[in-house]
Amino acid sequence: MENAIEVKNLVTHYGDVQVLKKISFAMPRGKTTVILGGSGSGKSTLLKHLIGLLKPTSGKIEINGRDIAGMSEQEFNEVRKRIGVLFQGAALLNSMTLADNVSLPMREHTKLEESTMQIMVRMKLELVGLSGFENYYPSQLSGGMKKRAGIARAMAMDPEFLFFDEPSAGLDPITAAGIDELILKLRQAFKMTFIVVTHELPSVFTIADHVIMLDFGEVIFSGTIDELKASDNDRIRMFLERKAEKEVYSPEDYFRIIAGEE
Amino acid sequence: MKPSTAETVFGFIGRKTNRILKDINDVSRLINNTFYWSFISPLKGRAIRLRATITEMVKVGYNAIPIVSVIALFIGIILALQAAYQLKRVGAIIYVANLVGVSLTRELAPILTAIIVAGRSGSAFAAEIGSMKSAEEVDALVSMGINPIRFLVVPKLIAMMIMLPALTLFADFIGILGGFLLSITELEIHPYSYFQQTIRALGIKDIITGLIKALAFGVVITIVGAYQGFKVTGGAEEVGRRTTASVVTSIFLVIVIDLFFTTLFYFFA
Repeated sequence: MENAIEVKNLVTHYGDVQVLKKISFAMPRGKTTVILGGSGSGKSTLLKHLIGLLKPTSGKIEINGRDIAGMSEQEFNEVRKRIGVLFQGAALLNSMTLADNVSLPMREHTKLEESTMQIMVRMKLELVGLSGFENYYPSQLSGGMKKRAGIARAMAMDPEFLFFDEPSAGLDPITAAGIDELILKLRQAFKMTFIVVTHELPSVFTIADHVIMLDFGEVIFSGTIDELKASDNDRIRMFLERKAEKEVYSPEDYFRIIAGEE
Repeated sequence: MKPSTAETVFGFIGRKTNRILKDINDVSRLINNTFYWSFISPLKGRAIRLRATITEMVKVGYNAIPIVSVIALFIGIILALQAAYQLKRVGAIIYVANLVGVSLTRELAPILTAIIVAGRSGSAFAAEIGSMKSAEEVDALVSMGINPIRFLVVPKLIAMMIMLPALTLFADFIGILGGFLLSITELEIHPYSYFQQTIRALGIKDIITGLIKALAFGVVITIVGAYQGFKVTGGAEEVGRRTTASVVTSIFLVIVIDLFFTTLFYFFA
């Protein structure tokens, strides 16, 4: 199985605190990889590094075999055209209509005719089940619709990679299941590599082909969904069985743990 | 182990210095990038966003016309009254025209317009960019390969650099009109002689120096607003705090730069 993204010995810091501790893993091409982990496990930080918003302290992030950590901003902008991201709150530009939001990447990076762009926008919105909403503003939409529109925008440039930051965060179970279904549908229709960051177990079991689990900045699991279910690692079992932490942290303990001084 | 007093003191100084150096670094990078994307990259064929620039021009300039007019008119009247109070005693009341004309064009119109615009638009820039930052919209732009400075700051800078001098020129006229209206009624100066006296008192240099100041103020207000906006990392509360900071800082810097330019013009003009 070919790997689309490989992370090697990645170390990252937030201020003086080490967040990711020399982690290595790979994500297979054309599959849905879920990055799983509790709050404070470093999964959002990892996502920000994968999409190039943050630069690592050390280590490599190879996308299609090329290290993005060492790239200049200009080189990386070329890679960015092949990446689509759905942010947690969808991050649509509030001052623009959905049509303008979706066409924004095309407008900036291509010289397409206005009429062609309109057709593409309609297609993308149709794909996520939002046809007819071209002239709506993001503030007029519900949370689930915003996320759908965010996916349409992320797919505007027909990317190779689609990243999702907590797609079901802040949604009711029915709407969240709808987003999961959409991800499955897109995955069947397009040859894209999906990377989903989440802590929602039902969602993981529905969409994941491959799972990477982070805990306190370290990869504690990498494998298929069945392997995950069969794992006897304590932390994974706690996560899967939804068990509480043995004791509540005091602020000092919490800081010590995220700072890596066990 | 508890750190010694000396360690605490030096640690404090070091941390403060580091933070200040980082701030200076951030500001210089913002200024550098803003000017690059405004003036260098268009030469390389990467045009600025014209429609967004026009929208910003309407917001910064056109929408500020009512408030600028009212304030300039009142300031013109106030200046004429204050000048008349002194000049009446020496029987030189016609010189009200000189005082109103020169102090408005050289000083008061640029600075008042700048303060109004800092309060209206500088704060709006900080709030807009700040809330976009906290809603990850800025990250979204970056992830789409769109430079947020080119996308957000450049149209604002161009709009500000055109509209602040334009508003200042407008305030010059309205302010002088205010002084004129008071003089021909209350002070009983003949309209034509007031007009003549103003023309005689005002050199083109007076107007130009005022406009140069306005241009500099426009740049400062935009950069401060954008800087404070991009600094937002938290939520709504921080957006509010940064917005306030942007207004306070811009007004302060506008006055510092005014002092600088006025001194410069005094010695070299």
